[in-house]
Amino acid sequence: MKKIYLDYSATTPVDKRVAKSMHPYFSKIFGNASSLHSSGKLAQKALNDSRGKIAQLIKVNPEEIIFTSGGSEADNLALKGITSGLNYPGQHIIISSIEHHAILNTAHFLEKQGIEITYLPVDKSGFINIGDLEKAIKPNTTLVSVMHANNEVGAIQPLKEIGQIIKKERVKREKDNNSYPIYFHTDAVQTLGHIPFDVPDLGIDSFSASAHKLHGPKGVGMLYLKNGIKIEPLIHGGAHERGRRASTENIPGIVGFAKALELAYEEMDEEIERLSEMRDYLIDNILQKIEKSHLNGPRQNRLPNNVNVSIEGVEGEAMLIDLDYFDIYCSTGSACSSASLEPSHVLTAMKLPPEISHSSLRFSLGRWTKKKDLDYTIKRLILTTNRLRNISPIK
Amino acid sequence: MPGCFKENNKIMDHFFHPRNMGAMENSDAVGKIGNPMCGDIMHIYLKIEDNIIKDIKFQTYGCAVAIASTSVLTELVKGKTLAQAKKISNKKIREVLGEMPVHKYHCTILAEQALKSAIEDYKKKHD
Repeated sequence: MKKIYLDYSATTPVDKRVAKSMHPYFSKIFGNASSLHSSGKLAQKALNDSRGKIAQLIKVNPEEIIFTSGGSEADNLALKGITSGLNYPGQHIIISSIEHHAILNTAHFLEKQGIEITYLPVDKSGFINIGDLEKAIKPNTTLVSVMHANNEVGAIQPLKEIGQIIKKERVKREKDNNSYPIYFHTDAVQTLGHIPFDVPDLGIDSFSASAHKLHGPKGVGMLYLKNGIKIEPLIHGGAHERGRRASTENIPGIVGFAKALELAYEEMDEEIERLSEMRDYLIDNILQKIEKSHLNGPRQNRLPNNVNVSIEGVEGEAMLIDLDYFDIYCSTGSACSSASLEPSHVLTAMKLPPEISHSSLRFSLGRWTKKKDLDYTIKRLILTTNRLRNISPIK
Repeated sequence: MPGCFKENNKIMDHFFHPRNMGAMENSDAVGKIGNPMCGDIMHIYLKIEDNIIKDIKFQTYGCAVAIASTSVLTELVKGKTLAQAKKISNKKIREVLGEMPVHKYHCTILAEQALKSAIEDYKKKHD
């Protein structure tokens, strides 16, 4: 039985072409990029070429890229590094209430250190309100971090408008003689390589990304940091990444990251079209064929590959395990499935009733998803729903 | 995490082939615990004759372990006296179901509570 993997937002398989590009750098061109001899120089060339390729694709300067161990480290580095680097007293950070835990928990940590945090609410579709952001900005706000698109419900946030607000605030601070800088960071882990992302145009000062979300290897990511922004490293040590992130560079990983991003950009337009069509097909079929089912998140401004539905009367993890038995792999926002026994903070922030959160399933499509996979999934989901509704006291 | 259940045949067995599942008309007692907020709801229906649980049925909204727990519970309790049934604990359910992650223990505890709630209901109606 073919395994139907529909959890691409969790992670993706490394593309064969990416794996091929990485291979020489394990044992053939294995030098330490900081070594002065020829072996090191070859590794350094690979590092520079990869950095240059990525910079060219996303239209930034190569030195503005800091390679990390992944998205979580980049998120940590952004929040902790920027606020420490500024070293201004009494800072204030604004984030959304639906950020990934790598941002949320870092913010909680900084809160304990005395930095004030505002958590922007979202509407029932999962979007922040620009007016809320504007009102939340204070003279001591130094960082605004709002994710580009949410990983659970796919809502794509209004980054362009946020960028404009930040710009306005900077003009205001100049007039007011307020020397506190204000920076705009976005967690782009779900969007880099998946949807167009014009860094200068959006007015972004920093963003986090991760290779394994776009058919690259796990264990490598990046933080984009605009020139001129001082950052205190998380990892002190050697002078790697221009003194901002010590550690011998993961050359195979970085080479793979660059190749994966190159392929993603080559195929992006086609993939967006193909995935959006399949996404809408899956959503429409579920809503039509399963009564008392609901879509979580918006229909417009949604990630091309994201489907998140709630099926009344049936618990999410039970559906997940049932589907898993039939080789369909997805995820759920139900409490039972998290070791912390709390339902998805995203669905909760969207003010969805707990019974809807507990009955949610997320299907995220990807490069190898075929329409017949979705047809099989729909059929199985109907059977699963009927079976579990039979067992359930909720009618 | 669901993957680990593939190793546990008992949980999968009771999840895919639950015993004594459904509502009961003319039950002598009903136990209901949980609520939509916590993501687990269990109903236990009892048919009692001469202090013996002649028939028992369950309905569960919850994860695989929750469903398996209530299924196992009904098998453990059917045909027992009320006094014997009261002694069935969540530990006993776990003995039958086998290994499970610690954060799933609460499913077996809820099943025990659902049964106790049903027995309480019977006591209230017959005292």
